[in-house]
Amino acid sequence: MMRLPPFRWHAPKDLAEVVRILAGEGPAARVVAGGTDLFPNMKRRHQKASTLVGLAGVEGFSGVTSTPEGDVVIGAGTTLRALERDAAAARLAPALVEAVATISTPVLRNMGTIGGNVCLDTRCNYYNQTWEWRRAIDFCMKCDGTTCWVAPSSPRCWAVNSSDGVPALIALGARARLVGPDDEREVPVGDLFRDDGIEYLAKRPDEVLASLIVPAQGDAVSTYRKVRRRGAFDFPVAGVAVRLRRDGDRVAEVAIVVNGVGSSPIRCTAAEELLVGEVPDADRIAAAAAAAWKPARPLDNTDHEHSWRKRMVRVETKRALEALTA
Amino acid sequence: MTVASEDGARPTADDPRRKAHVILRVNGEDHEVAFLPHKTLLEVLREDMGLTGTKHGCELGECGTCTVLVDGEPQLSCLLLGLQSVGRDIETVEGMAGADGLHPLQQAFAELGAAQCGYCTPGFLLTAEALLRNDPQPSRERIVEELSGNLCRCTGYLKIYEAVEQAAAARTAPGAGR
Repeated sequence: MMRLPPFRWHAPKDLAEVVRILAGEGPAARVVAGGTDLFPNMKRRHQKASTLVGLAGVEGFSGVTSTPEGDVVIGAGTTLRALERDAAAARLAPALVEAVATISTPVLRNMGTIGGNVCLDTRCNYYNQTWEWRRAIDFCMKCDGTTCWVAPSSPRCWAVNSSDGVPALIALGARARLVGPDDEREVPVGDLFRDDGIEYLAKRPDEVLASLIVPAQGDAVSTYRKVRRRGAFDFPVAGVAVRLRRDGDRVAEVAIVVNGVGSSPIRCTAAEELLVGEVPDADRIAAAAAAAWKPARPLDNTDHEHSWRKRMVRVETKRALEALTA
Repeated sequence: MTVASEDGARPTADDPRRKAHVILRVNGEDHEVAFLPHKTLLEVLREDMGLTGTKHGCELGECGTCTVLVDGEPQLSCLLLGLQSVGRDIETVEGMAGADGLHPLQQAFAELGAAQCGYCTPGFLLTAEALLRNDPQPSRERIVEELSGNLCRCTGYLKIYEAVEQAAAARTAPGAGR
């Protein structure tokens, strides 16, 4: 049996109590919502906690609401399945719901939450292994060791941002509400991430992601495309979320966000600039897709061959743009 | 030792080395159980309650073998704590067959050879049961999607899909008991 290590367990009813426990216990305490990321990681001894704070019973932590203006507010504890089935979210934030429906499997989505998917630990073939496997290669920089085994001369960790929800949230211009012991703040979802496999979240350890706010999309359209080996279970080895608004024949606004090919989601600004103000014909789309391919820098630390993953960023960006402009 | 909260449904555990003492509702019956706070529902069912019908597979959420129903919804018992299961309605494969014999899904799996080694079968049965409660006549496409979190290394899945369809037909046939 691969058992969880022992821990103290708290299950508060309100968020103020959660942040009070986190502030009191420091980094030895962690929150857990669905448990589908943290528990496997704790079983493999990647992530450690002497105290766990269960979020499932926190009042007001889950649920999807929409305003008359078309904003969608999603409690961080909303299960992926509940979000996937929410008719208002599907209408108002299509790229997000499409992305969420591709995560792992239906039974896992019954448990995993959107907050957990946003805060998902970065992944790597040299990290997501049992303790015995990792000891056999003398551990890696991200956990218990000093060397990055995918790039041994690298001073940094290259574990991969593997969240399907994150690129969609960034493309849709979503904001994250963070609650700490003394304050709360709202930041663009893109500002939550750092380009580092270890310190990948810009959130303070005593802050809890409470909710996500997707602003009204007006007449913008959006979609998400994911590359993986199997039709279920697998994390993205490349993915792209695109939001696009047209004014007549021309592109008025566009956001292109790539994931699975770096330690953080990547906003493809060069590709976006090629489209804004232009008619999105086949040549323009091909040029934008080529520009989106450039900042993708996958290394050989996930499933599939990394040069193919990079090429697929171009292919999937083209397909997404074609689908949204057809 | 165990500390149950005032409503009894939200236990906490201040000492990781002391067993929690709680009530779990499994297959319609309340059971008094004591287990260490870090034990998963899978471990509690198998080791502390003797309910070994729920199988232990990858333990990481990557196979679906340990699926049970929690408040009617399929969940992975390897990634749910026993403490998180308090106050919820848990159903395992042991609760499927009744006094009048096998459950229609079990009958169909047996008749069509949808189980070979049988290890994944409890997870498939419960996932399929949750599907049929919500959608008594699911399309093949829906069955494939809903069962996509359960791995079977023997059957190639086709017999499993056919068994779910046969059970759905039997259940909705005139005079069907359930």
